[in-house]
Amino acid sequence: MTEKDLLRVENLVMHFPIRRGVFQRTVGYVHAVDGVSFTIRRGETLGLVGESGCGKSTTGRTILQLYRPTAGHVWFGDDDLVSLKGETLRKMRKKMQMIFQDPYASLNPRMTVEEIIGEPLLVHSLARGKEVRERVRDLLALVGLNPSYVNRYPHEFSGGQRQRIGVARALALQPDLIICDEPISALDVSIQAQVVNLLEDLQEKFILTYLFIAHDLSMVRHISTRVAVMYLGVLVELTTSEELYNKPLHPYTQALLSAVPIPDPLVEEKRQRMILKGDVPSPVNPPSGCRFRTRCPLAAQICAEKRPEWREMSTDHFVACHMV
Amino acid sequence: MADLLNVMGLETQFRTREGVVHAVNGVSFKLKESETLGIVGESGCGKSVTVMSMLRLIPAPPGKIVAGEAIYQGRDLLTMSNEEIRRVRGAQISVVFQDPMTSFNPVLTIGRQVAEPLEIHMNMTRQQAFDRAAEMLAMVGIPNPKDRLNDYPHQFSGGMRQRAMIAMALDCTPQILIADEPTTALDVTIQAQIIDLIRRLRDDLGMAIIWITHDLGIIAGLAHRVDVMYAGYIIEESLVKDLYINPNHPYTIGLLGSLPRLDLHEKRRLTSIEGLPPVLYQKPTFCPFVPRCKYRVDHCFHENPTLVSVGLEHNVACWVDPKTGKERS
Repeated sequence: MTEKDLLRVENLVMHFPIRRGVFQRTVGYVHAVDGVSFTIRRGETLGLVGESGCGKSTTGRTILQLYRPTAGHVWFGDDDLVSLKGETLRKMRKKMQMIFQDPYASLNPRMTVEEIIGEPLLVHSLARGKEVRERVRDLLALVGLNPSYVNRYPHEFSGGQRQRIGVARALALQPDLIICDEPISALDVSIQAQVVNLLEDLQEKFILTYLFIAHDLSMVRHISTRVAVMYLGVLVELTTSEELYNKPLHPYTQALLSAVPIPDPLVEEKRQRMILKGDVPSPVNPPSGCRFRTRCPLAAQICAEKRPEWREMSTDHFVACHMV
Repeated sequence: MADLLNVMGLETQFRTREGVVHAVNGVSFKLKESETLGIVGESGCGKSVTVMSMLRLIPAPPGKIVAGEAIYQGRDLLTMSNEEIRRVRGAQISVVFQDPMTSFNPVLTIGRQVAEPLEIHMNMTRQQAFDRAAEMLAMVGIPNPKDRLNDYPHQFSGGMRQRAMIAMALDCTPQILIADEPTTALDVTIQAQIIDLIRRLRDDLGMAIIWITHDLGIIAGLAHRVDVMYAGYIIEESLVKDLYINPNHPYTIGLLGSLPRLDLHEKRRLTSIEGLPPVLYQKPTFCPFVPRCKYRVDHCFHENPTLVSVGLEHNVACWVDPKTGKERS
């Protein structure tokens, strides 16, 4: 791990057991994340993009040890989070926070804004009594909400405002890393830009590092320094957001790029579309070899037999495909 | 081309415990033969209510159509008898809904549901209708259609369910297909499949489409004309090419600026539209966009603008010309 790296994920695996029957016997596993490796650099935004069920949110939660991984390591500085437990892990969590997708479900409706944003401060004994209220007011101002809202309840706010409360809660502990799990996908278009701009401003101000998980490739590309593309539990490509668009190597990345509509009729008219056939297979029984081969236009014999290696094709450009 | 549908002055309200919500406040638009019209707006702007009112598919009460006409084939859809409108719905005008999970009946087979319009509108026997339903499923690209007729909706994936819904909507070869955010619940590669399918069917069958969405990207590649809605009004209407090059309403300008472009990578800051859309407990007496507008002038606080022409088939409801920042003369 170099000086620049904040976090390194090594061969992360997360399998969820499927239990059936009276005795809750394990009858199979959901292969949600199946051997994922990447690093997040200090001060960057790493985008993690993929379709629903590809394991991108599970990856985020497993990094924070909200799920304990089946295998693999998550290095944060010199500590492997996977091997930490109890009090030591709890202390580490201070450095890593999360913003959740659904601003309606992620705020307790019975708590006031002060209680919601102040809770992390109390839990980690960073403030007491009057100090908490002061800090909460500062945080509210920071995310563009009126500091006098401290006594209000979540239902008094709109979706975008709630997401700002979620951001303030994540910032309360002055973390190094914030995992943003689809922070804008529940919001309307004009509100999405407000929240994205806020995240960008805060990053600049506090030198934050983001893992930005989303399915909207154009937004991910806009906010990210580098982008990782995930498909059915594995990473298929990881590169700078510049190169991802200009030189996508993996056929899935190419298909994903060509599927995103561009708000310009003249561009749309001339676009070559690559339409994938079929649906994403079930993560309970993922295809052998390359996970993408069942929908891949380039699939050959070897793709069914051997899992493609994760290779660095050029500086900062990783891909897992036999045909590249 | 002739007008297929002419909606004039449509107003719909909902009576709720908190008061009357003015969801649609006088919307007029035309649909020409084999044209695709996009209706764009954010949640709550009235885009779905407009179209569902036209087909009398809003729950009443609490919903109520208080004014307007919707002329189709010389007759007003809003005043014809229930029996008559039932003959139009699903036969001449049909709908593909947003959520393919909740818009199928979970306890009937896909075959029963896709065949139903054929039995009702085309007087087919059960067997004829099932045979035709299998052909329809094949047309929308569902493999082994004969076997899949006996499946229940939960056995279909989201993309396949939406295909089956399209098959059902096209059973009677409608003149108008209404697509109410048909791809919003789907993943982007599946969305591309569905859009590609509808585009092909449109060109083969020559039907007109009203495509309701919040995604200006989809509209760019699909529609001929666009209506942008805000707070229950059409605030800008234009040919699709003109709208993206030359947006005239501050809201449209803001919306386009708030979208990141996949194909461009200048490190541009997104222009966000500050504030929130209004809650429509009163019918606005001045421009409903005023609290969020960067171009507002004094006049905007006193009178609600109506659509005025700013170019060929391009109308906008705004007192200010955003190019000069001054009030239009």
